[in-house]
Amino acid sequence: MLEILRCTVNGRPVEVAYDPRESLADTLRQRLGLTSVKKGCDVGECGACTVLVDGKAITSCIYLTAWAEGKSILTVEGLQGENGELSPIQKAFVEEAAVQCGFCTPGIIMSAVEIVGTGRTYTRDELRKLISGHLCRCTGYENILNALERAVNEANGK
Amino acid sequence: MYDIASLYSASCAEDAISELARDPEAVVIAGGTDVLIKIRAGELAGCRLVSIHGIRELEGVTCRENGDLHIGPLTTFRGITQSEVIRRCVPCLGEAADQAGGPQLRAMGTIGGNVCNGVTSADSASTLMALDAIFRVRGPDGQRDIPISEWYRGVGKVALRHAELLTCIIIPRRHYEGFSGHYIKYAQRSAMDIATLGVSCLVKLSGDKARAEQVRLAFGVAGPVPMRALTAEAGAAGLPVDEAIEKIGALALADVNPRTSWRASREFRMQLIKELSGRALRQAVINGGGAVKC
Repeated sequence: MLEILRCTVNGRPVEVAYDPRESLADTLRQRLGLTSVKKGCDVGECGACTVLVDGKAITSCIYLTAWAEGKSILTVEGLQGENGELSPIQKAFVEEAAVQCGFCTPGIIMSAVEIVGTGRTYTRDELRKLISGHLCRCTGYENILNALERAVNEANGK
Repeated sequence: MYDIASLYSASCAEDAISELARDPEAVVIAGGTDVLIKIRAGELAGCRLVSIHGIRELEGVTCRENGDLHIGPLTTFRGITQSEVIRRCVPCLGEAADQAGGPQLRAMGTIGGNVCNGVTSADSASTLMALDAIFRVRGPDGQRDIPISEWYRGVGKVALRHAELLTCIIIPRRHYEGFSGHYIKYAQRSAMDIATLGVSCLVKLSGDKARAEQVRLAFGVAGPVPMRALTAEAGAAGLPVDEAIEKIGALALADVNPRTSWRASREFRMQLIKELSGRALRQAVINGGGAVKC
């Protein structure tokens, strides 16, 4: 039997029918068409399905949709500007060539949004730890860290 | 889609307890980072879930007037690490919680779930053991307090009866006051890995900080459940710090009983226990303002 979820997705109020057995990743992808949310491991280990729930980065494949009632959810689709322009974090990833196949990218971008949103600066080792919940099999992570460092520094006016 | 027969979202602790009392087979789900994995693996497939996710009364850390710490079981690993009370009174518990899984898991997984699933490798468990925590549980027949020494009953088994809910983790003031501590997780990766061995050590130094007046040593994965190393604690107590650091590892070998698993052999774990006990004590001494030669 379907239930109704009321929450905010990418700044807009949403009402959507869902099956209580669904993960948030399934609901976002299949019912709301937000396919930036990738399903990689489906057990919360790879980070590809990372979205923000009330500002916190979580792996949406091991988060029941029922828990999102009344919450505010942000995915990569919610980052673009009015005319479809990329956010500063996305631009930093482009500038630093931090993307190869792109499968892990939306999840890492969402963790980056959380990290940049703290308004703090971080050492490279701290950043390494903060994105340690993501697997990337292409880049070797160096360019991702460069992009993250750039995004954090830019946000802090450096 | 998860293979779940039903999902009951409890509104408060009482509501969860009465629903669990109605359904003797129901499974409690909190942060979901263990239960959902087990459902997906087939272990809990077809189960009926009672969700306590987001119940406010079970979240947060407070320091009571008498100095006892009350930790809500739904406090996430990150909530533990970031808590001002934890940072001030038991920083080593916050550091241990910061080594579970990865950042996203730590924003979801709860300290209550970490101890209720009865797993020996739980990153918060050995430090809670060393702190000799008390688990307050509530059920249809009321409330009772269970010391952590009586909590673990076997692999995946704890003293919780069906329809009982862990409602508070208590760390009495005298269990942490004057102690400094350190947790070491030994694993193959720095993130997203399960401990091959975990060791937590607390020490209360003498006034001149030259001797280890009291030592508490606890392990994860040194046996089927998290355990204290009482022989090692007694043997190290009262010794000058350098001597305690040197001796504690060998002493701990009498307390433990690790097994060979695909992660590591018994022999390797024994070596880790011997080596890491001293290192954990050494750092605990340093954290307590003591000086070490070795």
